[in-house]
Amino acid sequence: MGKRVGMEVAVAVAEAVGLCNIDMAAVYPITPQSHIAEHLSDLVADGKIDAEFVTVESEHSAMSAVIGASGTGARSYTATSSQGLMYMHELLPIASAMRLPITMAIANRAVSGPLNILNDHSDIMPQRDSGWISIFVENGQEAIDMSIIAFKIAEHKDVMLPVNINIDGFQLTHMVEPFEMPTQEEVNQFLPPFIPHATLHPARPVTMGAFAMSDYFTEIMKAKDEAIKNSKKVILKVWDEWGRLFGRNYKPVETYKTDDADILLLTMGSMGETAQMAIDELRVKGTKAGLVKLRLWRPFPFDELKAVVKNTKKLIVTDRAVSFGGPGGPVFSEIKSALYAETQRPLIYNYIYGLGGRDVTVKDFTGMFEKVLADTGNQAADTYEFWGVRE
Amino acid sequence: MTLKTWRELPIGCVVSEPGSASEYHTGSWRSQRPIWDNTKCIKCGICYVFCPEGCVQQGEDGFFMANMDYCKGCGICSHECWPRAIKMIEEG
Repeated sequence: MGKRVGMEVAVAVAEAVGLCNIDMAAVYPITPQSHIAEHLSDLVADGKIDAEFVTVESEHSAMSAVIGASGTGARSYTATSSQGLMYMHELLPIASAMRLPITMAIANRAVSGPLNILNDHSDIMPQRDSGWISIFVENGQEAIDMSIIAFKIAEHKDVMLPVNINIDGFQLTHMVEPFEMPTQEEVNQFLPPFIPHATLHPARPVTMGAFAMSDYFTEIMKAKDEAIKNSKKVILKVWDEWGRLFGRNYKPVETYKTDDADILLLTMGSMGETAQMAIDELRVKGTKAGLVKLRLWRPFPFDELKAVVKNTKKLIVTDRAVSFGGPGGPVFSEIKSALYAETQRPLIYNYIYGLGGRDVTVKDFTGMFEKVLADTGNQAADTYEFWGVRE
Repeated sequence: MTLKTWRELPIGCVVSEPGSASEYHTGSWRSQRPIWDNTKCIKCGICYVFCPEGCVQQGEDGFFMANMDYCKGCGICSHECWPRAIKMIEEG
């Protein structure tokens, strides 16, 4: 087993990536991701890992550099946050269309304006349809594990897609936590060498990212959609393998005390552990409450989610981003749509909370339960509300 | 040319044959074609220089013509030709 260490999560993520035999990284620093950039560049500069650290002038260039490097067959890594991710946006669908298995950490942070450096999910939500596999982590250990696992998923011959790992900014990136850091030997055993589907090489010329007109564009989009849907099989297999090797098991939809629950709460990311404490409190008071944690955002785990919420009466979906003028938070609208055709489905309530780093406590979650349980006439079902907003 | 189905596309749409873009006959987009009047042409080559497709070629007699596989009918050759030797006519 790996060594038990205490470390800041962002630094530990860089350490974990350093164990993955990367060939290159292009990481432009941005709060709260900066410690990943700094520590990874330290590892390269100190000669601890044999990789190229490309110092770029922007996130747009960082993503361009990893796309180019991945095209040559290099195991490539980047990390960003908020405005940096927005600046990368136009390149994200290109990386997935070219089926380049890049991995990227996102230290989730609110998108401007107004300028705000703290945590929510408004940076990743606009990237939803970029064709990337998207994973949300709950704690430091998971951030480390997923940073390693992501390479194996991305580079699997049946996947060949980029992966982003969402790590809540500050709430996770800047926490010092105790965790088990896998050893170099263990990672070597887990992670095979990267075998690209094609490479850019002068001796074996190919064209990547070529032009396509209306006669082919539809077929290309369909192929990409099938590719990401099919990736779920591999994701499950790789998570199982990780569980066998390291004893930490990951599932697309995680549950806590859901078996007999008639009211469920759904969270994504770091809020899961606080929400878990709220469930414990409610259980003591006799409320049959349970928690659902969505780990896999893309490909969306439809079957797993349906199975978990099937027998519950009310489901509280929490969102950390706003879809302005839309049907509710982005997670809420996806879940509503996922359950639309089900004959047996819960009433769904949506609270948008924790925006721009606003603290969320156990009391906030118990308050949500109380409010939903008090809605005996189901007046607030299928609507959304800004939790804790000053009226 | 038979079009491939989505299942038949190479992963990431990688083009494995170098230079195969020449098989893509962009001339099919054309709605007008250039016609040279060699009685007016002074063989200055300005059409050859300005053609953005590089599809204007000089024949052995020194006169110019466009390769219709790639000519998109943009009319730049006709516009630039100062002896007015190139006329654009509608494609039938």
